[in-house]
Amino acid sequence: MRFGIVVFPGSNCDHDVYHVAKHVLGQEASFLWHKETSFSGVDCVVLPGGFAHGDYLRCGAMARFSPIMQAVEAFAGRGGLVLGICNGFQILTESGLLPGALIRNASLQYICRDLYVRVERQDTPYTARIKQGTVLKIPVGHGEGCYYAPEEVLRQLEEQKQVVFRYCDAAGQVNAESNPNGSLRAIAGLCNEGGNVLGLMPHPDRCAEEVLGNAHGRRIFESIVHAWQQARRMRI
Amino acid sequence: MKARVYVTLKRGVLDPQGKAVCTSLHQLGYREVTDVRVGKYMEVTLGGLPRQEAEHRLRSMCEKLLANTVIEDFRFEFQEE
Repeated sequence: MRFGIVVFPGSNCDHDVYHVAKHVLGQEASFLWHKETSFSGVDCVVLPGGFAHGDYLRCGAMARFSPIMQAVEAFAGRGGLVLGICNGFQILTESGLLPGALIRNASLQYICRDLYVRVERQDTPYTARIKQGTVLKIPVGHGEGCYYAPEEVLRQLEEQKQVVFRYCDAAGQVNAESNPNGSLRAIAGLCNEGGNVLGLMPHPDRCAEEVLGNAHGRRIFESIVHAWQQARRMRI
Repeated sequence: MKARVYVTLKRGVLDPQGKAVCTSLHQLGYREVTDVRVGKYMEVTLGGLPRQEAEHRLRSMCEKLLANTVIEDFRFEFQEE
């Protein structure tokens, strides 16, 4: 399986994702410069964390108009796997590939620490190897991670079960104390209707190896590989 | 031709920055302040377009890039040089 990692000016987790894909999972990985207008042979596109285009105007606002994004949107439209982590999630909402927006944390503070998220569904390519209800410990690092969407959109997201990760405490309880940034419905990550596009604020790329003290994030990447292999078996 | 563009948060969207400014104003003794919303102000200079066309183009710029209409409203006015 080949991961294609988009590099914007200001991306800073591109190499983290590359390392996880190539050296932890043993899969193929390549970088896609944001000025490219097409790519091929990629099975999963990752929009990594960072500060694409300096986060000027709004996080992700300029990145969504980078030339590569048209190809990414077309790829997503064909059912291709697109994963947005942190700044990548912000780019996905700005581009309209995912609904809603990520705004300034309610505390106004940049949050950089480990926290817990609950997996809300297993039937997505990103959680295929993780049981529903599982609590994952994953670090976050963001100043604009407060998920916002109008009430009718939130209702629709819940009805269509598009919320994939919710902030919770170590026991899996969702409450005000376990919500780090004021996200509505404690949303930490969500997918599109088709389930092939996923965005999340926590960084699974920063916790994919025991040597880093925590390998919970690896389970998300392993799910992607597993789901891709299953899908390929179905095609053959 | 110069345009002034104002981008403000939609009603109902949390504005922690505005809240913090409001609290500071209270601490300075401006107790009459009941709410503050922080937005963005941009000056956009456009060349060589008739007014109506410029207005049309600027609206499109706001919808596409200058504002995120999920969370923000925008308005603009032209300032003749």
